[in-house]
Amino acid sequence: MFLNVCKHFTKMTENKSGLIKSDPMIPESVKVKKIFWETEDVFTIELVYDGEEKRNFNFKPGQFNMLYAFGVGESAISISSDSTKKGSLLHTIHKVGYVTSELSKLKKGDIIGLRGPFGSSWPLEDAKGKDICIIVGGIGLAPLRPAIYHILKHRKQYGKFTLLYGARTPRDILYPVELESWKKKYDIQLEITVDRSDSTWRGHVGVVTTLLNYVDCNPDNTRAMVCGPEIMMKYAVDELIKHGVAEKEIYVSLERNMKCALGFCGHCQYGPSFVCKDGPVFSFSKVTDIFEIKEL
Amino acid sequence: MKTLDKINLEKLIGILKQENYTVIGPVIKDGAVVYDEIDSIKDLPEGWEDEQEAGYYRLKKRNDNALFSYVVGPQSWKKFLFPQKLKLWQAVREGRGFNIENSNSAEPKYAFLGIRSCELKAVFIQDKVFDNGMFADSYYNNIRKNIFIISVNCTRAAGTCFCVSMKTGPKAKNGFDLALTEVINNNEHYFVLEQGSEKGTEIASKLETNDADDKQIKAAEAAVKNAELNMKRTMNTAGIKELLYNNHDHPIWSQIASRCLSCANCTMVCPTCFCSNIEDTTDLTGNHTERWRRWDSCFSLDYSKVAGGNFRTSVKARYRQWMTHKLASWIDQFGISGCVGCGRCITWCPVGIDLTKEVENLRNSPKTINK
Repeated sequence: MFLNVCKHFTKMTENKSGLIKSDPMIPESVKVKKIFWETEDVFTIELVYDGEEKRNFNFKPGQFNMLYAFGVGESAISISSDSTKKGSLLHTIHKVGYVTSELSKLKKGDIIGLRGPFGSSWPLEDAKGKDICIIVGGIGLAPLRPAIYHILKHRKQYGKFTLLYGARTPRDILYPVELESWKKKYDIQLEITVDRSDSTWRGHVGVVTTLLNYVDCNPDNTRAMVCGPEIMMKYAVDELIKHGVAEKEIYVSLERNMKCALGFCGHCQYGPSFVCKDGPVFSFSKVTDIFEIKEL
Repeated sequence: MKTLDKINLEKLIGILKQENYTVIGPVIKDGAVVYDEIDSIKDLPEGWEDEQEAGYYRLKKRNDNALFSYVVGPQSWKKFLFPQKLKLWQAVREGRGFNIENSNSAEPKYAFLGIRSCELKAVFIQDKVFDNGMFADSYYNNIRKNIFIISVNCTRAAGTCFCVSMKTGPKAKNGFDLALTEVINNNEHYFVLEQGSEKGTEIASKLETNDADDKQIKAAEAAVKNAELNMKRTMNTAGIKELLYNNHDHPIWSQIASRCLSCANCTMVCPTCFCSNIEDTTDLTGNHTERWRRWDSCFSLDYSKVAGGNFRTSVKARYRQWMTHKLASWIDQFGISGCVGCGRCITWCPVGIDLTKEVENLRNSPKTINK
């Protein structure tokens, strides 16, 4: 829907009508409905369209928005809410730079800018009938949460469902209550590991890839989706391939500097791809030749 | 084909101005031919030509009154279609939110006089960039749709030209409204005129032209042939995509990086380089903000920076990105090379790095030697 609007906005500018809303470089106003901290440095904002609280957001799991803090700048942030709940939008954000620090200071009722949604999505439709293995590290769980909601909602259409999640410490685990409830309510194998344990922790310790040894899925019929720091994704993909999962069944979500999200500014180029419009979700077979090239 | 004399070239500028075009053409400024607004053929670089080599550019007086004997200077026409600095919008804080006002209602109407064949190809290439099938950039396309193009075929080659290798020149084949070839023979000085569009024909009909005879057409062809025959540089483009993709770990990148200053000159002068940065600024009250788009370069350190680190810290990686993009991944992205063989990146490189030579070096030195 949004893409159609964008493609035709040049014509609209000629008519001098609808200019503001049709130009993909111009953010729309969205209102903070809720903001809360998930961990010490990760927070979630819930957004609704300003003045149009009932208006739906349409997006696909894996897509991202450009969130704009007034006067400070924009950041590309993955959408982390259920794509069937269209009246509001969740973004789980790691406070790490200027823009995300500014966003972290928002209060309920504040207005920010939003452009999007942009980019490719997780391949959920043609994964039906397959075992699903999701491997995430740190904030990488957030862009996969919409995919997880989708799979859980259509649980019977998929085979075995495994979620492997690595966090830095037990205190950095995102959505702990929700993770626990998924485990109780659904047929899902959920394994969590931490890099550094503390006295409260009774689970796995170590890198997330070691968890693959606990997984019981059929490698010949598994769709894997991986998101996390690039180095973690590299090892996760290596392990998946070692376990017999085909390259073309592995999907990764990449991060690059993004300024326009429209394929114009050039910053997010990764080999021949623009991560903003060709990604962020890529089939590993598309990037396999370049994935290990340093500083590409 | 028609012929046109200098008086009618002057008249052409006048007609375009009457039709509310801002006429842009070559002018001499700070010792170089640049593109700027012109009022008359008196503004053109009459009797001047350029000498170019790697890291070298000088203007030299000719012993005739040629108007278009220079080749290309440091600027390209992208500065009009894709301005170096452009305010996209401004916003004012209001309550807990803000109001955005688009800053780009102006749609200038440009006539480009003197666009070379390679430069015209560069415009076609940027057309693909700024309308990528998913999004179309309104700022670019609003200017692009109004331009009137008077192409000038090259009759000289600069030392750094290699358009013949890139199949982009020296003669413009299509995409222009009017095309001129300047002919100076003995005491004759005229332009052979081709019409490339209805608009071009309409404008040309207001001029006093003569039908070009065989001799005149042959003279124009010979003049263009002269540029072709005198082109010293070449680039072998056979399998160039694979050559670059397969050599990302070649030691040549370190060798180039030891000379490259990562000054970004090559990307600024390149007529196809399209990277830009988005900058948000505020005034001191913090209540007024502006969003600007500004040319950026893959050579700048911040270009590939994200909050968690930087994807290309070494100069080696940045040069490799530029050259691989220009000559290889561009083909995957837009179905066409990003290089038009204008030679600007060679001329304006302060240390004279020559991409035609570097492509040759890559071909001739197997990477295993230094591995």
